[in-house]
Amino acid sequence: MLLELQDLRRTFGGLAAVDGASLAVEAGEVHGLIGPNGAGKTTLLNLVSGLIPATSGTIRLDGVRLDGLPSHRIAALGVTRTYQNIRLFPALTAADNVLVGAHLKRHAPLWRRMLFLPSAAVEERAAREASLALLERVGMAERARERASNLSYGEQRRVEIARALASSPRVMLLDEPTAGMNPGEVAAIAELIRGVARAGHSVLLVEHNVKLVMKVCDRITVLDFGKVIADGTPAEVANDPAVIAAYLGGEAAA
Amino acid sequence: MGQQIVNGLFLGSIYALFALGYTLVFGVLDILNLAHQAVFMVCAYAALVLVVHLHMPMVAAFPVAILAGGLLGMLVDRIAFKPLRGRSDSNIAGLISSIALATILEATVAQIFGPDVERFPFGTVPTRSLKIGDAVVSELQIIIIAIALLMLAGLTWLLRRTRLGRRIRAVAENPRAARVLGVDVDRIIAASFFVSSALGAAAGVLFGLAFNNVAPDMGRSVELKGLAVIVLGGMGSMPGAALAGLALGLLEVFTVAWIGSSYRDAVAFGVLFLVLVLRPRGLLGSAALREA
Amino acid sequence: MSLGGLQDFWLTYQSTVAFVGLNGLLALSVYTTLSCGQLSLAQAAFMAIGAYASAILTFHTQAPFALNLAVATLLPALVAVPLGLPVLRLKGVFLAIATIGFGEVVRIFFVNLDFTNGALGLTAVPQRTAIWMIYAALAAALFVLWRIRGSRAGYALEAIREDEPAARTMGIHVARYKLAMLALGGAFAGLAGALEAHYTFMVAPGTYSFTRVVDMLVYAVVGGTGIFYGPVVGATFLTLLPEVLREVSSRVGLQPGPLRLFVNGLVLLLVILFLPEGISSLPGRLRARRRARREAHAA
Repeated sequence: MLLELQDLRRTFGGLAAVDGASLAVEAGEVHGLIGPNGAGKTTLLNLVSGLIPATSGTIRLDGVRLDGLPSHRIAALGVTRTYQNIRLFPALTAADNVLVGAHLKRHAPLWRRMLFLPSAAVEERAAREASLALLERVGMAERARERASNLSYGEQRRVEIARALASSPRVMLLDEPTAGMNPGEVAAIAELIRGVARAGHSVLLVEHNVKLVMKVCDRITVLDFGKVIADGTPAEVANDPAVIAAYLGGEAAA
Repeated sequence: MGQQIVNGLFLGSIYALFALGYTLVFGVLDILNLAHQAVFMVCAYAALVLVVHLHMPMVAAFPVAILAGGLLGMLVDRIAFKPLRGRSDSNIAGLISSIALATILEATVAQIFGPDVERFPFGTVPTRSLKIGDAVVSELQIIIIAIALLMLAGLTWLLRRTRLGRRIRAVAENPRAARVLGVDVDRIIAASFFVSSALGAAAGVLFGLAFNNVAPDMGRSVELKGLAVIVLGGMGSMPGAALAGLALGLLEVFTVAWIGSSYRDAVAFGVLFLVLVLRPRGLLGSAALREA
Repeated sequence: MSLGGLQDFWLTYQSTVAFVGLNGLLALSVYTTLSCGQLSLAQAAFMAIGAYASAILTFHTQAPFALNLAVATLLPALVAVPLGLPVLRLKGVFLAIATIGFGEVVRIFFVNLDFTNGALGLTAVPQRTAIWMIYAALAAALFVLWRIRGSRAGYALEAIREDEPAARTMGIHVARYKLAMLALGGAFAGLAGALEAHYTFMVAPGTYSFTRVVDMLVYAVVGGTGIFYGPVVGATFLTLLPEVLREVSSRVGLQPGPLRLFVNGLVLLLVILFLPEGISSLPGRLRARRRARREAHAA
């Protein structure tokens, strides 16, 4: 088990957005997280990445507790993410966005740059090339020098994924990466996600596109009203009556 | 002791009046209007001009000056804040444009009147005092405290019992929702500026009368004290501003009495700092808007 | 131009040149925190600390000026740390207000300190500053900021400016970077304070007021905070402008003081409303407009 959530709870006022959720993501696995709107999926991701504190429960990465740690420490331990409403740095170019993502991996002491040491220039060139390579991987190499705010929705999503990959994370949290995309783009993302997992990064994928999830994920957890109502392989989940009742319903046909 | 309390309440009521306007605009717009102190100052001059050159009695000059202040406030909104609405950096930009406008106003007044202190002519206000217990209270002090309380009451009534007040509160809480519900947000903001600046103008005239001191830079130190007051009271909270204004007035007077006059100003800023570090929402503010 | 003419020019405008440099350095001290999205107005206090420290060293020791300047640079940076730790987690205008409060407390502290002659300040500070020192300091500050830009730290700062929480989830230790920038700004301000004190012969608490730091902010904003040299452009423009105005004001019959203030305010207002990225963004904008016009013609 790489990422393990146990009895995670998060309440806002009187409401429990996440209500005793437990799930486990294995190394190299693509793990889907689905559920109706308001089920608590994004809240769960926010808890794991440390944007909000948990009310109770634990989050462990390879045995190390993540809950209670500040976001930047969680990232340093190997958890990166993308956002439902895309949070690229708008004034930076695509390439620069990915470069920021590589922050943790880079070793670039400022004094070297101050003294114009060749080692600094070498490191910078390597970092830029790595950033371009990642953009290549998500099919955005030609748009590398474009400002993020000038990119289309689909392009921004891909850059965001490249940025999340830049630090070679152990677990990537993807929040609805294919929202608003056409089938061709969705297929490309699906292929990308499988490639990421093959390369050794685990993925926790929050999605509304159930077909995509069924195709791409090794295991799926279903959330409803903050509680886990099913957990298993795509086949198991698709046939689970509780899931069908709460959620899949007419969407199985979609 | 009684004397200190009277002096403290007196000073505090002027601080409170100034801070009310300050915090009202912050509550509605989430922006600090640093031109508030310029309106404070300009209207003190306005009252001075009305009394000295137009020979108006203060009873008439006061409401005229307040009205002028309200209108000037709407102008401030129109020039410095409205064009920035919708811009992503509107908070800092608004801060800066209000500073710009304040500078322009201060420079204009300094050009017209010169930098020296002006005073109201003798006889503008009553000069008698009474003794209450062991305290000497001047009629002027009583009048000023009374006016401040009246304006506070008026503001409370406006906000709680009138349609305008309801709309102002709606915009303060959620401008987008208010717009959806049919509120003309821009007009309500303008109205808020009117009310806020009228209060600031009142504070300016009263300050000028209380200390018989009207100068182009009179707004500067009050502005900073005003910051301490609204932070202590809770940004956006009207009762907080009133309470904190009085508290600061008392605190300053007692500091001078017990420690020494040189540390008087330090009190306001020490309090400001402590509040921001320990309890950013102040006494009565909402917990929402503090940490990064 | 004759050599004599040149000498006369220098005599008249020497102090202007000095202040262009000093104001540029001060504008940069406000810029350092703005570059990561924080509005800190404590720099007047840091300037005061540097000025007083340096003047005191001059009066009571035989230390070489370079040492004075080193202390004036480091001391405010050190003070910035305990200030920044509690204060930098405050959001937006609250941070600004807290730093204003800090600035006032420091000013009042110096006003009340008998050791430094209270409100009157220290006078007869020997002139040890030469113009080249001011510009060397400015160049050093620009150099540092130039090298930071485009570095790993520089990208982190930009990320913090754009979206703090997102920056955190990329492993950026936001608090540490903000603190570093506050300290750097403090260092610049302290250095400028020391240089100014030993140029104007005096150190008086009234010089280091809220009004002063607002001036610094105005230089930075008018020049433009999108690029590291923007604030210097603003400082140069706004320091030279009064010299030009002085000629105008006497001819038009206006007081130079209020006129300078008025024009400062007007320039600031126009910039913030119509050219929010500052004067330094003008060339880029004109270039973009010319390009757009060319493309429209080609179409």
